[in-house]
Amino acid sequence: MKLAYWMYAGPAHIGTLRVASSFKNVHAIMHAPLGDDYFNVMRSMLEREQDFTPVTASIVDRNVLARGSQEKVVDNIVRKDREERPDLIVLTPTCTSSILQEDLENFVSRAQLDAKGDVLLADVNHYRVNELQAGDRTLQQIVQYYIAKARKKEDLDTVKTEKPSVNIIGLSTLGFHNNHDSTELKRLMADLGIEINLILPDKASVHDLKKLPKAWFNLVPYRELGPMTAKYLEEEFGTPCVDITPMGVLETARCIRKIQQVVNAQGADVNFEDFIHNQTKNVSQAAWFSRSIDCQNLTGKKAIVFGDNTHAAAMTKILAREMGIHVVLAGTYCKYDEEWFRKEVSEYCDEILISEDHGEIADAIARIEPAAIFGTQMERHVGKRLNIPCGVIAAPIHIQNFPIGYRPFLGYEGTNQLADLVYNSFTLGMEDHLLEIFGGHDTKEILTKSMSADGGLNWTAEAQEQLNKIPGFVRGKVKRNTEKYAREQGIHEISLEKFYAAKEAVGA
Amino acid sequence: MTVAQDKPALNFECETGNYHTFCPISCVAWLYQKIEDSFFLVIGTKTCGYFLQNAMGVMIFAEPRYAMAELEESDISAQLNDYDELKRLCEQIKRDRNPSVIVFIGTCTTEIIKMDLEGFSPRLEQEIGIPIVVARANGLDYAFTQGEDTVLAAMANRCPTEEPAPVKVEEQENATRFQKLLSLGLKKEQEAAPAIATTPKHDPLILFGSLPDPVATNLSHELKKQGVEVSGWLPTKLYTELPVVKPGYYVAGVNPFLSRTATTLMRRRKCKLIGAPFPIGPDGTRAWVEKICSVLGIEPQGLAEREAQIWESLEDYLQLIRGKSVFFMGDNLLEVSLSRFLIRCGMTVDEIGIPYMDKRYQKAELDFLVQTCEEMGTPVPRIVEKPDNYNQIQRINELKPDLVITGMAHANPLEARGINTKWSVEFTFAQIHGFTNARDILELVTRPMRRNESIKDLGWDKLVREDALV
Repeated sequence: MKLAYWMYAGPAHIGTLRVASSFKNVHAIMHAPLGDDYFNVMRSMLEREQDFTPVTASIVDRNVLARGSQEKVVDNIVRKDREERPDLIVLTPTCTSSILQEDLENFVSRAQLDAKGDVLLADVNHYRVNELQAGDRTLQQIVQYYIAKARKKEDLDTVKTEKPSVNIIGLSTLGFHNNHDSTELKRLMADLGIEINLILPDKASVHDLKKLPKAWFNLVPYRELGPMTAKYLEEEFGTPCVDITPMGVLETARCIRKIQQVVNAQGADVNFEDFIHNQTKNVSQAAWFSRSIDCQNLTGKKAIVFGDNTHAAAMTKILAREMGIHVVLAGTYCKYDEEWFRKEVSEYCDEILISEDHGEIADAIARIEPAAIFGTQMERHVGKRLNIPCGVIAAPIHIQNFPIGYRPFLGYEGTNQLADLVYNSFTLGMEDHLLEIFGGHDTKEILTKSMSADGGLNWTAEAQEQLNKIPGFVRGKVKRNTEKYAREQGIHEISLEKFYAAKEAVGA
Repeated sequence: MTVAQDKPALNFECETGNYHTFCPISCVAWLYQKIEDSFFLVIGTKTCGYFLQNAMGVMIFAEPRYAMAELEESDISAQLNDYDELKRLCEQIKRDRNPSVIVFIGTCTTEIIKMDLEGFSPRLEQEIGIPIVVARANGLDYAFTQGEDTVLAAMANRCPTEEPAPVKVEEQENATRFQKLLSLGLKKEQEAAPAIATTPKHDPLILFGSLPDPVATNLSHELKKQGVEVSGWLPTKLYTELPVVKPGYYVAGVNPFLSRTATTLMRRRKCKLIGAPFPIGPDGTRAWVEKICSVLGIEPQGLAEREAQIWESLEDYLQLIRGKSVFFMGDNLLEVSLSRFLIRCGMTVDEIGIPYMDKRYQKAELDFLVQTCEEMGTPVPRIVEKPDNYNQIQRINELKPDLVITGMAHANPLEARGINTKWSVEFTFAQIHGFTNARDILELVTRPMRRNESIKDLGWDKLVREDALV
């Protein structure tokens, strides 16, 4: 047992649901008790999704506990198949169903007999993998299933496209800025003259999966979602994989050079050097920013980076190599993929922290006292408490991290966004610091805080006590409204009774 | 009997139970704030933790007095001893927070692996020296607000049977002196109001249900004006101040989802339950006060005027909703009381979805609903227990209600299809009880209408093509 207040990565089924509901016309059925369909709330709220989230639960209740699910799961799958005609239904186990040890595989094969669409059991162990690992695994499982299916029907299309083309693997719902990154990557590929064969799993149809082998190579922008699928495709079809995250000027260039090498090896004759030069000079402002006097002032400032593997590693490299910032500590919560992270960042920071315990990171931040933090929402709150600015660079995230405006983290526009993020975090900190030295914006003391100088109005102890219970940020307003009401009524003493009366009258 | 048959009958249905609601462990979020010296330990998995962390939003960052005891594979397969593990965690909690009570929240997982929380908590309690209350608030058995019910039912057993021992006499005196001071401030009011008793002339009355302090004080005040003295609340601000409950005391509930607590108070503590409609809306509040008065043998004064005065102050909001229809998808058990209030406001209700319907505990409220429908000349809505969200959405598409009160999972998709929604959870967290807060309920209900008023001419009320409808 572990005492826990907060976790960075969610439970396994969230990963499976993120992948399943990213596909078009794929429905997930969770084998779960009432209330476990919280995923639908997150998707509907965070992504402001206009469509119903294609996830339902086959409810595990007392009866299921006593007698087993029996027909229930099968009935629910068949029913959903009839109602919505999905191409695929993914039966998703949860922590509850893991310990019930029902033969879900058997339910799936029985449901398959009656269902028009395909039915699949997500192969994830709740107690061994987290959200990220489960997502990666589920994507690979679905791809493998449809490749096998196409092979059996003999309509697998393995002929490469005429022009160089790519599968972009790993863009999913509820991913950090994934929808903007998707647009940016598509733009980048178009600029490079590379056709997009397929984007996975975001809005893809499972019927298109048989086209996967047609691509010249696979691009896996995120370390957390997609590598398993890319590895599978490499083993099956020899499709090479580019797994360099194009985040930051240097890494974007490295990614593009790798693409060049991969496509040239297959007979294309491209040279992207001019493109890289042009973009770095004209489209991205980040390179110029590094030389500018603004950035010079950031030299040697201390920063801490914490997040998932992809973003924390990329951020560390950007801060250290492109902006001359001193990264004291870089860390990740992707414990299962620790080795990769260490290899990526070890040259660019003093310390490495691999931990899933938010307390440990908070302690490190307090000890190091950096000028800025780049982390998750949790680090943002630690920063608030310690008065250190924080730029959010990775999940877990809140609704404000699903901006409506265009905010990619990848590609050349992404470098601009990152420069803003970094620069704003540090200047805010600097401004704050100067304000403290010079004693704030307004040094004159304000004489009257409230509109009504306590002219002849008495609050009884009881009414005062009630007033004090009202949360601070609205208390002033309630007090003013109540006193205004009392004056209008010609009352001199505000009793509990009058306090309520004022609320009833003016909604104070 | 014949009278009952003349009345329009309530129509109860039961569907599949495939609906969206919050897990009952969410009750820790408001109960830990209410009971200030408590610590809530949710014994479950990552799934439970993830839900709490996301559903409670920013509250998690305020160093809450709740935590997960996260079960790992070795706990599930019984390689570790539950008792030793929990003891270790409890000792850590005691060291870090020193609470007056630790509440164990049992979850689906502890049910399935049959962890005997009730069995070993007395021993654990002795060893660590802090009371441990066990509540099984799991998604196998309960929905959302019923979590509070399981906690309060467990707490009801912990209420003292006698006044505290005389050792604490000094503290006690302070408290009464303080109370005297408070009632002094009210003296003038009391003299002005008729039929006021300084010492209760009736058997002691305990109210149950967790409400924000201002609301609880407001309701007590409302009763005080009628000469009804509230002897205690379950729960109290501090666990150490749980009210004395003796056999023969009267108890009354303030929320419709507290049926287990009511049962516990009746069966285990031998209290007498006052079955009344719930004090939601001015009509409900009046009926609630009246029923309590009538049971206690007090003639209520001035309630009709008070109610009329509140209705008058609501007129601007009533104009917005009169004649409009509302559909409750059902997830928090407040649905019947809210429907009854909205029907009185002049709305029609297409459907009352509700997770669970205790017809005995809610009897007075159900009767009041029928009576309200009769008086307002509207048909009695059907009540759908354990609703099926998919079917409900089909019905919503047919009925095209003016307002759907629903969970957050469906709100945005319905709005995109041109259907007004209001999140149901807001009714759980807003202050909706008593005369004073009636306006707050309508503030919530009318918000989509007022929003529409301001954007009505823009023309993009349906953003999803019809064929994309589910």
